[in-house]
Amino acid sequence: MKYKSQKVAYWFFALSMLLLTLQIVYGFIMGFARIGMDGLHEFIPFNTARAVHTNLLVVWLLSGFMGAAYYIIPEEAQRELVSVKLAYVQLISLALVGVAAIVGFHLNIWEGRKFLEIPHQLDYLVVANVLLFLALILLTLFRGKRKTTTALVLTMGLLFAALLYLPGMLPFDSQVTDSFFRWWVVHLWVEGVWELIMGGILAFLLIKLTGVDREVIEKWLYVIVGLTFLSGVLGTGHHYYYIGVNKIWLVVGGIFSALEPLAFLAMALFAVNMYRKGEKKHPNKIALFWTLGAAIVSFVGAGLLGFAHTLPQTNLYTHGTLVTAMHAHLAFWGAYAMIVFAIISYSLPNMTGRKLYDGARGRLAFWTTNIGMIGMTMAFGVAGVAQVYLERKYKLDFMEVQNEVSIHFVVLLLCASLFAFGIIMYIIDFVKHGRPTDEALEIIEND
Amino acid sequence: MLSKQQARAFFLIGTFVTFLIFIGLTIYSFSDGQDQTNYENITPQVVRGKVIWEENNCMGCHTILGEGAYYAPELTKVVERRGEGLIKAILMSPVPWEPNGRKMVAYGFSAEEADDMIAFFNWIGEIDLNGFDRIVSPLAKDKQLINSQTEN
Repeated sequence: MKYKSQKVAYWFFALSMLLLTLQIVYGFIMGFARIGMDGLHEFIPFNTARAVHTNLLVVWLLSGFMGAAYYIIPEEAQRELVSVKLAYVQLISLALVGVAAIVGFHLNIWEGRKFLEIPHQLDYLVVANVLLFLALILLTLFRGKRKTTTALVLTMGLLFAALLYLPGMLPFDSQVTDSFFRWWVVHLWVEGVWELIMGGILAFLLIKLTGVDREVIEKWLYVIVGLTFLSGVLGTGHHYYYIGVNKIWLVVGGIFSALEPLAFLAMALFAVNMYRKGEKKHPNKIALFWTLGAAIVSFVGAGLLGFAHTLPQTNLYTHGTLVTAMHAHLAFWGAYAMIVFAIISYSLPNMTGRKLYDGARGRLAFWTTNIGMIGMTMAFGVAGVAQVYLERKYKLDFMEVQNEVSIHFVVLLLCASLFAFGIIMYIIDFVKHGRPTDEALEIIEND
Repeated sequence: MLSKQQARAFFLIGTFVTFLIFIGLTIYSFSDGQDQTNYENITPQVVRGKVIWEENNCMGCHTILGEGAYYAPELTKVVERRGEGLIKAILMSPVPWEPNGRKMVAYGFSAEEADDMIAFFNWIGEIDLNGFDRIVSPLAKDKQLINSQTEN
């Protein structure tokens, strides 16, 4: 840590960990409901648990990205954050908006549009919150001593993410038009601008951890984000195959979304090659685990598993089945959760001055979460493929099929328990680091 | 070997061009003559049905047009499969509908609200889904086959 104001990041990361814990609790509620244990139905029906689960994911990842930006931007721009006080205001308002939305979901107050369930009134608060965040980041960047590619790509990702929230706020009478523009937000976030954020964080971590020349890393960063947009923007078409719009999307979406794994492959090769090339042996090995892990698991989860059902011929049968949940879990884990874990693991010792990166607990957390999540992905995959054959090929009734595949949800719950154990280990490590302190400024030799 | 300037140019030009094509295709998809949804059939009743659909987050369990949460059945063409009577009964039921032990929230809608939902489902059921409607609703497909055979 080189600047006092970077400490703000700690509290965003702490909020992330808190919301992630809650997200997992609601995941378990859904898992148990799927095997017939839905004792909470009256208070937390499945649709509530589901809205809470996915919205908490978005909020804790955003909180992690914001924390990453508050940590990275001052260091890249070489100056203190323009206002620490306003950053705390932004943190508290983010937490309040999140809590209000979650409470509302339990009281049947929501918009009922997949992933964008936050009601309209709160949307304006989200916009205000994000504008404040962007103002702080942009002012810091432009008043800073230098504007690095890493900082620009990260900021551009955050700025576009904010802009792309707007199409989701437009009202439409047609379910089809509504769905069409909903994907402008959801797809262009996760398969577009969020990858810019991920790329920016990844580049920062690789520069710090491997010691490879910034110019080399940032050149490849441009290539990767270039590939992301080249494939991902028109790849949005894979959501438009079967929702009632023109057949042209079958061709455009099919071709370009099939190219989407290239960006993730490039990211994985890039990270591994920079690690091999690097001469600096940074002592924070656990941050390196998460960094390389994010690049590799995102290629498998987002790239390969996405490709598995993105062609129109396959998607005709898998659209609207558990196959989607299979891809979504490993994709979000690899691409976004793991990169947030990476920046936390890297920055925490620097902010608190406690270098706890040799402990067994950190490695245990890395391996158990990953093995648990891969197991969950496989359980969803087997259930999904069975569902496709039984329901769509053999035309069995929906609930008959659900009963047939419920055994896979027992496996899912077991793997989820392993995953949750790993998360607990990670959070114990987080807590053991203690609070951030200005004294950590003096220990900068390994930053 | 690629320079940083060239890499940046690749990123900026690639992004700009694909965004332009994307916007162009979007405009094309919503231009006259490309509508596959029978847009003119969206009556105020259909819109009321959509509002009920959203206010109760039906997508949080069901899927429609293949989009939703995979916990409860797909509702595209549901009227053809189940008939209006059963759907209305489920929507108006004061106790949770519980097929095979999986509970639906008991919404206890009024008859008028249930009719709005039916209107919404009927409009959804007529959309040309590029072939997905036949995959997702085999019963509707069988019915069509029987109808065409009896006509012959």
